[in-house]
Amino acid sequence: MTQLWNFGGGVHPPENKRQSNSRPIRAAGLPPELILPLQQHIGEPARCIVEPGQKVLKGDVIAQVGNGMGVPVHAPTSGRIERISLEHVPHPSGMSDTCVVLIPDGEERWGELVPHPEYRKLERDQVLALIRQAGIVGLGGAGFPTNIKLRPSVDRKVDTLILNGAECEPYITADDMTMREKADQVMTGLRIMAWLLRPERVVIGIEENKPEAIAAMRQAAEGSKTEIAIIPAKYPSGGEKQLIQILTGQEVPSGGIPADIGVMCQNIGTAVAVADAILQGKPLISRVITATGEALAEPGNFEVLIGTPASHLLACAGVDKQRLSRLVLGGPMMGYTLPSPGIPLIKTSNCVIAASASELPTPAPEQPCIRCGHCAEACPMELLPQQLFWHAKATEFEKAEHLNLFDCIECGACSYVCPSSIPLVQYYRFAKGEIRLQRAEQQKSDRARVRFEARQQRLDREQQEKDQRRKDRALAAVEAQEQKTADARTMVQNGTVADERAGKSALVEQALARKKAKAAAASAERAEPSTQSSEEAPLEALASTHAERIPAAEPVPSIEELEQQLSQAQAKLEKMQSMLEDARSGKAPNVDKLERAVDKNIERVRRAQRAIDDAQTTPQQA
Amino acid sequence: MWTSIIIAVGVLLGLAAVFGALLGFAAERFKVEGNPLVDQIDALLPQTQCGQCGFPGCRPYAEAINNGAAINKCPPGGEATINALADLLDVEPQPLDSEHGAAQAKRVAVIREDECIGCTKCIQACPVDAILGSAKHMHTVIESECTGCDLCVEPCPVDCIDMIVIEPDIHSWTWAPPVVKGAVPGEAPGSRLIATDSEAKTHEESLL
Repeated sequence: MTQLWNFGGGVHPPENKRQSNSRPIRAAGLPPELILPLQQHIGEPARCIVEPGQKVLKGDVIAQVGNGMGVPVHAPTSGRIERISLEHVPHPSGMSDTCVVLIPDGEERWGELVPHPEYRKLERDQVLALIRQAGIVGLGGAGFPTNIKLRPSVDRKVDTLILNGAECEPYITADDMTMREKADQVMTGLRIMAWLLRPERVVIGIEENKPEAIAAMRQAAEGSKTEIAIIPAKYPSGGEKQLIQILTGQEVPSGGIPADIGVMCQNIGTAVAVADAILQGKPLISRVITATGEALAEPGNFEVLIGTPASHLLACAGVDKQRLSRLVLGGPMMGYTLPSPGIPLIKTSNCVIAASASELPTPAPEQPCIRCGHCAEACPMELLPQQLFWHAKATEFEKAEHLNLFDCIECGACSYVCPSSIPLVQYYRFAKGEIRLQRAEQQKSDRARVRFEARQQRLDREQQEKDQRRKDRALAAVEAQEQKTADARTMVQNGTVADERAGKSALVEQALARKKAKAAAASAERAEPSTQSSEEAPLEALASTHAERIPAAEPVPSIEELEQQLSQAQAKLEKMQSMLEDARSGKAPNVDKLERAVDKNIERVRRAQRAIDDAQTTPQQA
Repeated sequence: MWTSIIIAVGVLLGLAAVFGALLGFAAERFKVEGNPLVDQIDALLPQTQCGQCGFPGCRPYAEAINNGAAINKCPPGGEATINALADLLDVEPQPLDSEHGAAQAKRVAVIREDECIGCTKCIQACPVDAILGSAKHMHTVIESECTGCDLCVEPCPVDCIDMIVIEPDIHSWTWAPPVVKGAVPGEAPGSRLIATDSEAKTHEESLL
């Protein structure tokens, strides 16, 4: 006898399972059209690879895995792709998503199937790839890709593999009937998963209210090491974390996954799908769905092709449209209302309740919380539902988060026991959604900040580079000018003038020298040669003699030319001064250099001015 | 008598010197670079860099708030940002200053591409480099990076940029808060289903 533990809280809602588990699983058959959403799993939507009008065979891939996590979608039967469009999908929002619509041709012609009965001879990764290619996701409701779940990271060795046959939610009997009728397939699928994971312990947890299923599984597991654990009926014992606690006594850490404590939970339906995929090569194109509720004449379980509209399933079960007041997908505790019966059933749908008005009446209006504390007693996660409710209602999401809001499994036990009919879980879902939204926004704003700062940096850098280039250019120009002047001087001294511009500046120099010489001569003439000027005079005289040696062929600059030079020099000076100011305000390291350059330019302007004056006063030498 | 007083004074002086030195060392050694409060404020702002607050970006506004500016000048952040800032700075939350604009639904810029003349003016205006294109070639907005700041709309010479309100789709949808009593009886699909089974208990019991 397997040792069992208990989890805190839990409720005992009326089971309502008898209606649907008294008939064997029937085939729902071919509906007039199949609507296949591209996203039936957690992760990225699959990428459609068919076109409208294309013929497909049963089991053909119609949408392949896109970027990131996901599984392919297959054609549930042979037929023609009618359209690829936005259709209503089973989602609590009642919104639309991209779907492939397939019109069956009624031939049910299979594409090529590749069975792998000798899977043990394959690599484990190959088997995982087969599971992924078969489009298998967790059929319990979350729709997590099974191949990813079956490949835990190296540091997380799975030593306990649990097959979840608890099915604790009222009304639903899909797993119950699957275990009764397909016990061998369940065991095969479990063996494949056990072979992949190599756990030390394999347990099938079944609630005590399913004696037929227990008997069938016992018989199928005969001779194997697989334990069949019969657990007390209590909602939500089929919750992954609760079942793990019941069977191992361990709690999954907050925010963690079962693999963190070396446990993995798989669904009954998933095991069947894995067995079909490996041994027969069949992709996941159908599943067992419970159709129940008082509005149905023949409630029961059906083998339903993925994408079958709920209305087709209801018709199979003999729906009385007069009595139907509410259509619910999933169980009464965790399901949601379907806005219309045309919505397709997908890989994660396990139950459709066609409820009459008396079965699921409009809930009583919400009353104020009386702090009775029943919710805290019922909570299987041992949270404080009433505190969470206050904070969620007051939109103090941070405080709710501090009270471990994200550990809430949304089982609805608190809402079930609330004497004030407060829709507690709705508040938690709302708070969770808002927090996720805020996080997403925070991420986006962080990214925007990074981009904004990167842009600012780039602009600053560009501006600096531009400034630097301008300064470099100015410096180069100044140096070139100096070089030119020096060249001209040497040329004047050597008596050779290479080019016109150098010649011009040489002429200016020449004129200057002449004037100086003249002035010196005049002063010498006027007064007796004094001792002070005697030192300068010979030098200037020398310079003037040098200057007079310039070839006469070179034309003497006209006044206009000199004026032009003056205005050029002035413009340059102004430019240099503004650059100097820039450099000073920007505290650039080359301020002193620029200052020197400006002084030089001032000198140059002065010289040019003098040259003009000189040219105007002295008669032209022809 | 005097010796004991001198000893006491000496001991106290010694202690003062030691702790003074310790504090001085700690002040130097563990000095915080920059102003951490500005960073915290900046982290709460929505980073649209739209300038609606009157400051050239979110960081300058964060600095201004740190220096005493009002916290209610950020329309893109809306009430949530004001409350978060009030929480951080321990001041009373104020209603949004309408002078700086009203809170709007999240929007994204979309260029009508056949009308774009490729002038690059919007590219230069975008504070987060979310517009792609080059001179005389069509530009386009990288939707995932657009903050909806509006700054690209005004410079466009041919008015080919639209600000589109982001409609919630199936991937961004979240649960609405429960309908409080007194509100319309017609419920949103899916709301109030959990545990409605409890009301049906009497019915089930009558079945048994």
